[in-house]
Amino acid sequence: MLIKRISPSDCKESDVTDERIYLGRREIIKAMGFFGAGSLLASSAASAGILDIFGEQPQSNLFQQSALDYSPAGASAEELTPEAKITGHNNFYEFGVEKHQPAELAQSFKVNPWQLKISGEVENPYTLDYDDLHTTFSLEERIYRLRCVEAWSMVVPWIGFSLAELVKKAKPTSRAKYLAFETLYDPDQMPGQKSRRLGGGIDYPYIEGLRIDEAMNPLALMSVGLYGKTLPPQNGAPVRLVVPWKYGFKSIKSIVGIKFVERRPPTTWNILAPNEYGFYANVNPAVDHPRWSQASERRITSGGLFAQNRIPTLPFNGYGEQVAEMYRGMNLRKYY
Amino acid sequence: MAIKVPRKWIPILKALVHFAALYPLISLYYAAFQDRLGGDPVEAVIHFTGIGALNLLLLSLLLSPLAKKLQMAFLIQFRRMIGLYAFVYGLCHVLNFLFFEVQFDLQLFVDEVFKRPYITVGMAAFLLLLALAATSTHKIRRKMRERWQTLHNFSYLIALLVVIHFYWSVKSEIVEPLLYASVYVALMALRRHKLQSWVRRKHSLNKS
Repeated sequence: MLIKRISPSDCKESDVTDERIYLGRREIIKAMGFFGAGSLLASSAASAGILDIFGEQPQSNLFQQSALDYSPAGASAEELTPEAKITGHNNFYEFGVEKHQPAELAQSFKVNPWQLKISGEVENPYTLDYDDLHTTFSLEERIYRLRCVEAWSMVVPWIGFSLAELVKKAKPTSRAKYLAFETLYDPDQMPGQKSRRLGGGIDYPYIEGLRIDEAMNPLALMSVGLYGKTLPPQNGAPVRLVVPWKYGFKSIKSIVGIKFVERRPPTTWNILAPNEYGFYANVNPAVDHPRWSQASERRITSGGLFAQNRIPTLPFNGYGEQVAEMYRGMNLRKYY
Repeated sequence: MAIKVPRKWIPILKALVHFAALYPLISLYYAAFQDRLGGDPVEAVIHFTGIGALNLLLLSLLLSPLAKKLQMAFLIQFRRMIGLYAFVYGLCHVLNFLFFEVQFDLQLFVDEVFKRPYITVGMAAFLLLLALAATSTHKIRRKMRERWQTLHNFSYLIALLVVIHFYWSVKSEIVEPLLYASVYVALMALRRHKLQSWVRRKHSLNKS
């Protein structure tokens, strides 16, 4: 069990790259010229404007994160991914398909007011407002590995509450077999929902789903923060799912709705490419993505190009003890 | 109206091309070694060198139609060096994958090249480009005579393979690969007479 691997001591704050240095990386890329840089330029120029090549991003335009009250987890046995990398390397196509784009295009995203509606096959449908997200359930820190389907991974100190608590409060009926999650649809705020180029040709809103037993698993987390503060928009503010034994795309961001349903909900990546992205999407080194191996992964921590960080991928991302039971008897090659 | 450039300008222009091709590459690796290239410097260097190679390939294919249409014959003098830089970027792209993505796991490297069609296609393009780069000196060109041109006509196929490699590699963001594909089609359209004459010749050969 993960908990046993954690010993009470401080997180490595020294790993964190200074925010201003980190935000300056765009200038480095932009200053690199015209030839190869063409495509990198083109995408950020779409929104940032090509003329601000030497312009520092004003600090006041940054999204303001606030401190959270939570019970800390202590340090993990594994090296944490620096905060700047967690908040600067994001797959959140609503804010652009390139990893650096969400951090650039999401800073003015409004998270308050917010409404997360819990509905469907439940006795007690309810709505969580922005403040409720931080006060209704007790917040705790959990350090989880995040394994992206693209074969890179991070170690993230999330803060959040157990999804099981949210489910219990709703009192699901016997017909509730699945949970369907939905991301905010607001093209005015989310440029990727407006532009096919920025949004990667996905039909929005982004939707994801879990079986109800998966949602009740103690590992499933509704996250409202990381590194001690509320989530920045590029990581899915104000509230997102974290299911650490599944590929990252299951961990849907900026959630406005959770609906309890009887049938398996359609899910965004599964609709887009069913042969590449399954509904379950459990991390599984034995089942390759059709276009790349899932047997190993690159762990993103600190260090530049020469940081040797390819490590074997573990079944269920190393959380087999807590989750494998739910899939007993299932053919995981078929239900990938 | 032919546009001429004084002879003495050519070395200066060539120096500029060298700078324009090398400076981005050097800054890229410098930033990547310093871990100042976003969250994942490995992905950044792979994408940058890959796109860079494709840009240079397409640029090299643009030069001769441009030289003809605008009567700017001096442009032809830049074709070889731009083609060679396309190879350099392509070489960096492949080495990035080997060094930084699979991290010298040769078995994984070979497996990925053969198992993943988009990588197979990309590797085929790279090997063809290697053959072109290896035969790019004047001496070899003279030795090879007509066969040299035949070999170097493979640049059309290489660019096509790279465009396919790019399209195939993305998850869902196909707009940019499609833009590159349309640039490729346009470049081939500029050569339609040459391409048509090949087809005709082959056709008549088959008949006789």
